[in-house]
Amino acid sequence: MKRREALLAISGGVLLSVLPLPGVASDAETAEAIRLLYGERMLNPGRVTLKLPALAESGNSVPLTLDIDSPMSGQDRVMRASIFASRNPRPLVATALFGPHAGTPSFSTNIRLSGTQDVIAIAEMSDQTLWTSQVRVLVTVGACDVLQMRF
Amino acid sequence: MPNSRIKVPEQAKAGDKVEIRALIMHPMENGFNFDSQGTTIPVHIITDFVCAYDGAEVLRVQLQPGLSANPYFSFYLTATRTGPVNFTWTDQDGTITTNSATLQVT
Repeated sequence: MKRREALLAISGGVLLSVLPLPGVASDAETAEAIRLLYGERMLNPGRVTLKLPALAESGNSVPLTLDIDSPMSGQDRVMRASIFASRNPRPLVATALFGPHAGTPSFSTNIRLSGTQDVIAIAEMSDQTLWTSQVRVLVTVGACDVLQMRF
Repeated sequence: MPNSRIKVPEQAKAGDKVEIRALIMHPMENGFNFDSQGTTIPVHIITDFVCAYDGAEVLRVQLQPGLSANPYFSFYLTATRTGPVNFTWTDQDGTITTNSATLQVT
């Protein structure tokens, strides 16, 4: 093998090993993830409050609180709520289904963010209407960036 | 079986909305990490979390790799009668972790 070919082979190997880097979802992919869960129904802004820090130093664990405006009594309830991170490799982060014993329709957890992006929450009420809200979060070091350097 | 921690108030009045907190120790591998040999660590996550009380569900969460390691949830339960609050976490390979606490309703 000539030196040139050997060098090409090595650079090819390096490129291949880098390939499994997580990509980021486009707006179309995020819209597709939302469509998969909720179909073609209309999204109304409001009734959902997302609390996230405006600036997150690490994307590995970003605290998130979701509050939904609903009395949770009789027939007027929240059925489910989903969280989407628009630029994560996989936009859907979690889906919460509220059961008959759920009290206040509020829910907190920690999520991963791959970088600066919009986080979207969608709540589905018992009358089938969809309500949404989105918050922009600045992420200094994304969840994927840090862990790449582990080895 | 992974370690889990839950926080349920000891007692509540009927009709009260009480805060419940639950955490489980789990790496929630998202499939984008590498081990010391440089090979990809496959996705390994908890897929379902259920909190049940008084014969019905309080909250069910369908987890995705986008949640942080050691997934934590905080939510509210409407107290109706004295009984156990049961927590179940299901791993993708079928491992089930359970935990339970009794809520005294006065």
